[in-house]
Amino acid sequence: MVELLAVLYAGKINYNPGNPEWEERDRVILSKGHAALALYPALVQAGIIERECLAEFKKNGALLSGHPSLNGLKGIEFASGSLGQGLSLGVGVALALKKKQNTKSKVYVFLGDGECDEGSVWEAAASAAHYELANLVAIVDANAIQYDGFTDEILKMNPAKQKWIKFGWDAIEIDGHDIGQIWNGYDYESDGPKVIIANTVKGKGISFMEGNKQFHNARISEEQYRTAMEELEADG
Amino acid sequence: MIDFTPRNSKIWSRLGPSGAVGTAAVELAENTDDVVMLTADLCYFSGLERFRGSFPDRLYNFGIAEQNMVGAAGGMAKEGLIPFATTYASFATSRCLDQVRVNMAYMKLPIKLVGLTAGFGAGILGATHMSVEDVAIMRALPNITILSPADCTEIIKCILAASKTKDPIYIRLTGPVNTPIVYKEDYDFKIGKAVQIREGRDVCFIAAGSMVNESMEAARLLDERDISAAVINMHTIKPLDTNIIDEVITKYKLIVTVEEHSVKGGLGGAVSEHIAGMDKHPPIEIIGIDDFFPPAGDYRYQLEKSGLTARQICDRIYNKLKHRA
Repeated sequence: MVELLAVLYAGKINYNPGNPEWEERDRVILSKGHAALALYPALVQAGIIERECLAEFKKNGALLSGHPSLNGLKGIEFASGSLGQGLSLGVGVALALKKKQNTKSKVYVFLGDGECDEGSVWEAAASAAHYELANLVAIVDANAIQYDGFTDEILKMNPAKQKWIKFGWDAIEIDGHDIGQIWNGYDYESDGPKVIIANTVKGKGISFMEGNKQFHNARISEEQYRTAMEELEADG
Repeated sequence: MIDFTPRNSKIWSRLGPSGAVGTAAVELAENTDDVVMLTADLCYFSGLERFRGSFPDRLYNFGIAEQNMVGAAGGMAKEGLIPFATTYASFATSRCLDQVRVNMAYMKLPIKLVGLTAGFGAGILGATHMSVEDVAIMRALPNITILSPADCTEIIKCILAASKTKDPIYIRLTGPVNTPIVYKEDYDFKIGKAVQIREGRDVCFIAAGSMVNESMEAARLLDERDISAAVINMHTIKPLDTNIIDEVITKYKLIVTVEEHSVKGGLGGAVSEHIAGMDKHPPIEIIGIDDFFPPAGDYRYQLEKSGLTARQICDRIYNKLKHRA
């Protein structure tokens, strides 16, 4: 998720921090709201929120809540957390942009692969294809892990790419940690709605977390924190 | 420009609640570019055929997918459109409750959600299509205005007024085709401002939706038994017009709430919650549907089974007062 959001906010998104209501901005919906911690640093890098905000993450009453809240934090246009709702919001925004004849803006909706268990995702997917929403881009963070375990063991939704294609989407699959592939994925032209299935490794870069379902939602010890930071710093 | 005339009130009554929705939608679309109508495979049933013919690009059919419809309505509302999302009341509320909760209640996105055949309007189709708990569900959510118009004229008034606010609004439509007429002529309608439509001395009916007309009829029947009843049309169930309740509360021997809805959590609940904080008040009789799923049946059958006909309401109030005397 970090790389996907970093590339979007560093080089792809049209956004004016000084004018958050700018009509021609791109819209971003973090449907997998539990990835808020990956979004907030991207907002810092894009100059939308201050770096000092990050220290407030998950503190009582803070703007940086565990899921994006509609509490006035710049850069957050939609609340999320209840999975399966973001793509429908994206469909509505994309339809409204078409009606307003805004051909500049794109709508980016970030989904989890576990989130795609929700039937409402597929209601939205069908309608996006029906209305030929070429201004809509879904990005699926396919890390293969959800709360109770590996996605294919909990509810087998793979092969995901074929499902999206059958629903009428243009689908591409990329390595979600490869900056070049992510960049090209955002650039990929499509006449209709486009989904980027980004294969990722949960906990990438930290040896004891990588692909470990125990770290889908877990606290780490001081020692684990030190080890993790050493590994990340060693990687540069 | 739409004319609120006796002739039109008769036409709208014949068309029924859905026809009134369609009439209001066309009126809105002719005057406001941002109004769009959304349906979940119920375009015809929602009275939107004429709208579709005149404004095909502003009618969005999402198929039988209510959750997506409400979610998309949220996205449209965020972008400044004025989306009216229509479907059966039961599906508008309970089917996509989480979308309603997050988009309308929490994010305050100004979706106008129209619940068709609330109460018994589709009672012949069975429990899945009846909606006798939607007010209770919606009332528990913050920030959502709940409207329950008394007749087809008031449905049109509600829809026109709803389009002018920035609030999320739920409009529940009750009553059958050939909807009884409460308002023959134009009148002032304001969201949140109840209207006393009958004066009385002994009893005060506070009614909403289809039960405004039944309460008016019940009041006439009570006249014959020397009981004088006032009637208040509480077309806005939330926010409740507490001022009018405060004004009338000390004037009557009995307050009676009447609604085509469960006795749990509806208008009766709202009025009771307000009155509960008072040191002194008359008893409150809550008339509605008992806490169960009524069997399938047509509209009049359902009303009779639930004790919601004017005659039954009259008898119940008469017996209540006789017992107290």
